[in-house]
Amino acid sequence: MSEQDKILNEVTQGEYKYGFVTNIETETIGKGLNEDVVRKISALKNEPEFMLEFRLDAFRKWEAMEMPEWAHLDIPPIDYQDIIYYAAPKQKAKYESIDEVDPELLETFNKLGIPLEEQKHLAGVAVDAVMDSVSVKTTFKETLAEKGVIFCSFSEAIQEHPDLIKKYLGSVVPSSDNYFAALNSAVFSDGSFVYIPKGVRCPMELSTYFRINAANTGQFERTLIVADDDSYVSYLEGCTAPMRDENQLHAAIVEIVVMDRAEVKYSTVQNWYPGDKDGKGGIYNFVTKRGMCKGEFSKISWTQVETGSAITWKYPSCVLMGNNSSGEFYSVAVTNNHQQADTGSKMIHIGKNTKSLIVSKGISAGKSSNAYRGLVKVIPRAINARNFSQCDSLLLGDKCGAHTFPYIEVDNKSSIVEHEATTSKIGEDQIFYCNQRGISTEDAIGMIVNGYAREVLNKLPMEFAVEAQKLLQISLEGSVG
Amino acid sequence: MTTETKKYSATEDLAGLYTSNIALFESGSPEFMNAARKPAMEEFLRQGIPTRKQENYKYSDLQEIFNRDYHVYPSYVAREMQLNQVFKCDVPELDTNLVLIVNGWYYHQNKELNLPEGVIIDSLSKIASEKPELVEKYYSKLAKTNEDPLAALNTMLAKDGLFIYIPDGVVIEKPIQVINLLHSKEDSFATQRNLFVAGKNSQAKVVFCDHTLTSHHFLSNNLTEVFIEENANFDLYNLQNQHNQSGNLCSVFVSQERSSTSVVNTASLHGGLVRNNLKVELKGEYAEANLFGIALADSDQHIDSFTYVDHMVANCRSNQIFKNVLDEQATGGFTGRIHVQRDAQQTNAFQRNSNVLIHDDARMRTKPQLVIDADDVKCSHGATVGRIDEEALFYLKSRGINDKEARLMLMLAFTHEVIQEIRIDALRERLDDLVEKRFRGEISHCHNCMYHCC
Repeated sequence: MSEQDKILNEVTQGEYKYGFVTNIETETIGKGLNEDVVRKISALKNEPEFMLEFRLDAFRKWEAMEMPEWAHLDIPPIDYQDIIYYAAPKQKAKYESIDEVDPELLETFNKLGIPLEEQKHLAGVAVDAVMDSVSVKTTFKETLAEKGVIFCSFSEAIQEHPDLIKKYLGSVVPSSDNYFAALNSAVFSDGSFVYIPKGVRCPMELSTYFRINAANTGQFERTLIVADDDSYVSYLEGCTAPMRDENQLHAAIVEIVVMDRAEVKYSTVQNWYPGDKDGKGGIYNFVTKRGMCKGEFSKISWTQVETGSAITWKYPSCVLMGNNSSGEFYSVAVTNNHQQADTGSKMIHIGKNTKSLIVSKGISAGKSSNAYRGLVKVIPRAINARNFSQCDSLLLGDKCGAHTFPYIEVDNKSSIVEHEATTSKIGEDQIFYCNQRGISTEDAIGMIVNGYAREVLNKLPMEFAVEAQKLLQISLEGSVG
Repeated sequence: MTTETKKYSATEDLAGLYTSNIALFESGSPEFMNAARKPAMEEFLRQGIPTRKQENYKYSDLQEIFNRDYHVYPSYVAREMQLNQVFKCDVPELDTNLVLIVNGWYYHQNKELNLPEGVIIDSLSKIASEKPELVEKYYSKLAKTNEDPLAALNTMLAKDGLFIYIPDGVVIEKPIQVINLLHSKEDSFATQRNLFVAGKNSQAKVVFCDHTLTSHHFLSNNLTEVFIEENANFDLYNLQNQHNQSGNLCSVFVSQERSSTSVVNTASLHGGLVRNNLKVELKGEYAEANLFGIALADSDQHIDSFTYVDHMVANCRSNQIFKNVLDEQATGGFTGRIHVQRDAQQTNAFQRNSNVLIHDDARMRTKPQLVIDADDVKCSHGATVGRIDEEALFYLKSRGINDKEARLMLMLAFTHEVIQEIRIDALRERLDDLVEKRFRGEISHCHNCMYHCC
């Protein structure tokens, strides 16, 4: 079967294919959130004192906060006491080898196309797999260690590299940053930690795969990436969840610190369960992602393909501290059926000669609502700052909405900030042209949408780009006509 | 004629000013105006004086400008001097129907105008009492007190302003020039309420000129409701030229029926704090709305424009261009929203906001927004903040034009895009001239403004 036929097949199946549940023993703590729960999580993870303090401090801040309401989203009330804050696949303290891992668990990740057994060396991607709240397995650790690259689960990092964690945890996203950041800081269970030493170009792409499995749980993970001087890393993140009728909460934090002349490329293919076509179930995806370009000539590039989640609330941002640093944000956000997305980017220009670029492509179909919200801020001393933002929205259907809310704040005369946005639908003439070449309307729309999103998809690492293209078509399945 | 004034400070409650003087505010106003006051007061109490916490006022904090001891004028104050003598317009070619408004009140010595039959240009308070049936069905129908605290404040305190009624099919050739004067011997707060109705197939152009005659602190809260019926053509130009100790809060609400056309063009040349709220509701198909604005600001002026174009039905067009040139410590704000409602198909909506900062202390905040709920539409917005294009500058210099002149040419070209949309020739030329003088630094004060008012 050719690649194209495969895509077609998948399109006609068109359902959320990662919606299965893994039958695996899970260890959870009871529902609800209070100080004791926070202490319990910390104790379960055998954390040092400073972590417990960090969590408790965040929890107290969270208690004093209220859920933000400014987004163009209709969020049903969330009962934070009805969520399980910690769920982990039951496992031994540590796996000695891959054979000890529960085969059911391995099967899950195989189904998802994540080769934990490292059998596919050719794939050349080091994977950290996070199921529910706990990192299951990190591959290629040894190869990476030779170069001095640290790539491990967050809990492991807390045990083995407490100095680094202490130094960087919360340095980009302080726990008081926002409601969901505070919540995450209080209860986060695991995640990934990456440290690239000076002058090292990470030999392979690093990847984390997040999976929510257990029912009634929330997933709260944390990613921290530190790229020291002159280093480079490309990091991928993927996520899926089973199909369930109730909504589940995912509130993650990603922090990136980039030193002099270093570069971090962060790519996400977000495919949490979006709910069924009547809007039942699905993940609430409330994520805080921020990168700090601390050094000169440092660079952060965010690429995201957002197709999943019932509600997305996410603004990957760059704080351009270092002189001549630059930030990029490429996004494709697709919403269908009853999905809602309020996503975009923030670029804070602080250093001199900083540059940023925002390319956002929104596609709305069905009865969904898709909003771009972004901030470009240039402070007085950020002379010669330069930003260009391009936000396009494509509407497929007359019941959906596309919204654009950019904020531009410029405080000096030498900077240039440009923003442009358009909203339109696919031209009848384009579809007609495809039709008369024998391409069905559905395929034509798939092609046009892929072409429309190409500028962003091109920025993804190859393996992801293929997956993302398929995802786009599946997400839009049934939205035509 | 009573010459009663009431003193108030923002530390007192503005709402309290009304509740403790209900009789004074209600005297002389018809029932329907008075009936709107109490609900408006409750709305104002709920929303309060706008601060940055309110999303629509994110770039303007009005607390400070309200925080001063102002006098208010709940009744007409007669003036001894003949203001229309003092006041001579220096746009020689501009032949207009001239109306004076003083501190929000229609000036009683206004000259009789030679108008086509059926046209009314008169005091709102007078017509509202004499012909309530004409005013009541329009009054406060566009300015929703629950959506904007300034509209609520205005509705609570509104006594007078200008009323224009143009019957169906009537074309008023001469522009109607409305001079809003602030003239007082003490710091004062003026509330002006205008209501314009343009009947079917009618045409008219109104020019507002806002001036301050004395150097006291002024705060004016003006609200204008404009109803444009089918096929009517209505232009509203607003020249804001007050001194820098004043606050000018200007709200314009427009509703348009089928195939009507509107132009709202605001030029802010001077004024300490200027806030323009423009809202256009396109209610009939094939209606077209044009919103333009330029602002030239220096010293510590603050100029903030807020626009909201609501496409409620299909096949309408809207076009917005707003430009700011900010020098010294001036700050500018722009919030522009295009809302295309569900099923308002075939909408064409455009918006552009361009800003030039010519001083390192100048600041610009802009927030263009698209809210689109229909699919067969063409909508776009663009916003830029930057400096003079170096390449264009180099091109001109390479043609032998010196740096200063080249910059001037580019700045004039930048502002001319908005000025050229003015459809009154004399006004357009005069404004071009004024802007050039302003850029050359020949005019730096209101005292040299086009009307030689001081």
